[in-house]
Amino acid sequence: MLEIKGLKAQIEGNEILHGLNLTVNPGEVHAIMGPNGSGKSTLARVIAGSEDYEVTGGDILFEGESILELAPDERAQKGLFMAFQYPVEIPGVSNTYFLRQALNSIRKARGLEELTGKEFLAHAREKARLVELPDDLLKRSVNVGFSGGEKKRNEIFQMAVLEPKFSILDETDSGLDIDALRIVANGVNKLRGSDRSIVVVTHYQRLLQYIVPDVVHVLVDGRIAKTGGKELAEQLEEVGYSWVNGEMKTAQTANA
Amino acid sequence: MTTATQTIEQLAGQKYKYGFYTDIESDTAPAGLSEETIAFISHKKNEPDWLLEMRLKAYRHFITLTEPNWAKLSCKPIDLHSISYYSAPKSKADGPKTLDEVDPKLLETYEKLGIPLNEQKVLAGVVAVDAVFDSVSVATTFKGKLKELGVIFCSFSEAVQEYPDLVRKYMGSVVPHTDNYFAALNSAVFTDGSFVFVPKGVKCPMELSTYFRINEMNTGQFERTLIVAEEGATVSYLEGCTAPMRDENQMHAAVVELVALERANIKYSTVQNWYPGDEEGRGGIYNFVTKRGICKGNDSKISWTQVETGSAVTWKYPSVILRGDRSVGEFYSVAVTNNCQQADTGTKMIHIGKDTRSNIVSKGISAGRSNNSYRGLVQVNRGASNARNYTQCDSMLMGNSCGAHTFPYIDVRNQTGKVEHEATTTKIGEDQIFYLQSRGISDEDAVAMIVNGFCREVLAELPMEFAVEAQKLLSISLEGSVG
Repeated sequence: MLEIKGLKAQIEGNEILHGLNLTVNPGEVHAIMGPNGSGKSTLARVIAGSEDYEVTGGDILFEGESILELAPDERAQKGLFMAFQYPVEIPGVSNTYFLRQALNSIRKARGLEELTGKEFLAHAREKARLVELPDDLLKRSVNVGFSGGEKKRNEIFQMAVLEPKFSILDETDSGLDIDALRIVANGVNKLRGSDRSIVVVTHYQRLLQYIVPDVVHVLVDGRIAKTGGKELAEQLEEVGYSWVNGEMKTAQTANA
Repeated sequence: MTTATQTIEQLAGQKYKYGFYTDIESDTAPAGLSEETIAFISHKKNEPDWLLEMRLKAYRHFITLTEPNWAKLSCKPIDLHSISYYSAPKSKADGPKTLDEVDPKLLETYEKLGIPLNEQKVLAGVVAVDAVFDSVSVATTFKGKLKELGVIFCSFSEAVQEYPDLVRKYMGSVVPHTDNYFAALNSAVFTDGSFVFVPKGVKCPMELSTYFRINEMNTGQFERTLIVAEEGATVSYLEGCTAPMRDENQMHAAVVELVALERANIKYSTVQNWYPGDEEGRGGIYNFVTKRGICKGNDSKISWTQVETGSAVTWKYPSVILRGDRSVGEFYSVAVTNNCQQADTGTKMIHIGKDTRSNIVSKGISAGRSNNSYRGLVQVNRGASNARNYTQCDSMLMGNSCGAHTFPYIDVRNQTGKVEHEATTTKIGEDQIFYLQSRGISDEDAVAMIVNGFCREVLAELPMEFAVEAQKLLSISLEGSVG
């Protein structure tokens, strides 16, 4: 589904990702953990196509094709999705209108019929139930006046409506209380499927109690430092990232 | 390069989509401004003596004035002697009586502009269109239906012939010829426009609309519009404009007067999309308009809504004099400037009656190297106890080379008055564009969506049919179509 090879990316001349490798197969859920500043959000934004970052090396293949030259909207049309850590407010644009435009842009790009207002609403209502999104949030301006939890839920709602093949959730758990966390995690779990891949970027192991990953990666200093099963997350919780850090340094010394 | 910058550059590169020119023989007055020119116009239009006198009086006052320079605009002085002051498509002696008699080329032009003058529209009975082509009104529909209710909707020239007493009673009562330089000029040389009269107690059952279009090389346009709503009457009037591509600056100096008697309600909506000039600021319309309404009677209401996307230079302050007690004035505005466009626009709310209220919502969007200014006056006179005003003034900047300016004047002379002013300036966010793009929406559509959202409160004030057109125009002005 998604294959990242030797990815190097920088912002304003500072290299953040130093040759990152990652392969996510269809139907898999991966978790990427790592300390602050390790490059987790950078990775998510580079996959989504943010122009704040410059890719200086490596490649990102989606279903076997490089997407580096594609604009963010073209990537979304191919089936990529990023849930934002800090969802953006769009005053005066209703959530429903925005999402219908989005879904229809994607459908149009794939040569599918655009949905009418009525068809879209039926689709959106069904998905809203999935993440227990109150009806009035559908009508309100995109993220304007939403609580932190509502914004995150709205991200997962969008994911449900757009039905992407590959999603990367950038710290969707940050700022959520335990109930909101459970709702968001349930939503994500319902979206799991054999043809869909999901990467969950998180700081804490807490979210992974609800969204159980197939693979866990530890990102340190712009590289995947360690990969393992779900037990890796528990291990990390106990001993902290310094353990991986130390292990990586040892490995580097050994290689040298 | 960032997405936002790219988008803006694409928008800036957008060609004016409505640039075409209709070749019709016209009966044009020789260029130049003089008492002879004025007499020529008046004679051509077969006007009564009092009107010629009024024109000459205005002209004699006008020549004592100099062009105002207080606005934040810089434009070449206009050579008033190179302008032709009268141009009318040639027609049969009696003029066309039905659409079939109208020059098919004119109809074709309207068709291209999407003006709903076709048969279906007429049958649908949605809109009555008093289409002004250059200086002479060529077609008026729905008159019969309106006539049954006593509503008069016709060209200004026709009103002068058919309803001279009404015209004489109200013309110049809101905007006297002494008001300002451009109003004086208009009062001297105005050619045509619209006249609306809604009698006591009548609610006009349809939106009235007029499409203006400047088409003749070097012909200044000097419309004169007068709308009178008697006691308890209600009317909604729409005005929309586009103009063909042109190299020279064309001047446009209209005067619009609204009179609302007791409990009357007038809503005036404008979508203005005149040729703004090219990327380097060559060509484009100079738009110097005086629009003012008076809430003469108690409990009356006047509401202005404007979407200004065109013209090289815009100088326009649709205002309301709140003379009647409990009268209400509203001003909702979206002004978009791109490339080298300049706009200095806003409103004046003059509170004279007791318990009067006014509401101002202004949204300015600047892109390219343009300058966009809001200039507004809220005045509460000594006798206007318990007057209320709320002003909201929001500016949006696109790119790094444009300017947004706000000049609010507040003059309160009564201690019970309450005046609020809120202003914000935002830059269209790259993070907003990225967010929308990451959901599959193209950068152009993303900008359109953000801008439309920004203007929503104003667009919501437009009649449905116009709102759609307005969104389209916002798109055209900023993108390959920013909405």
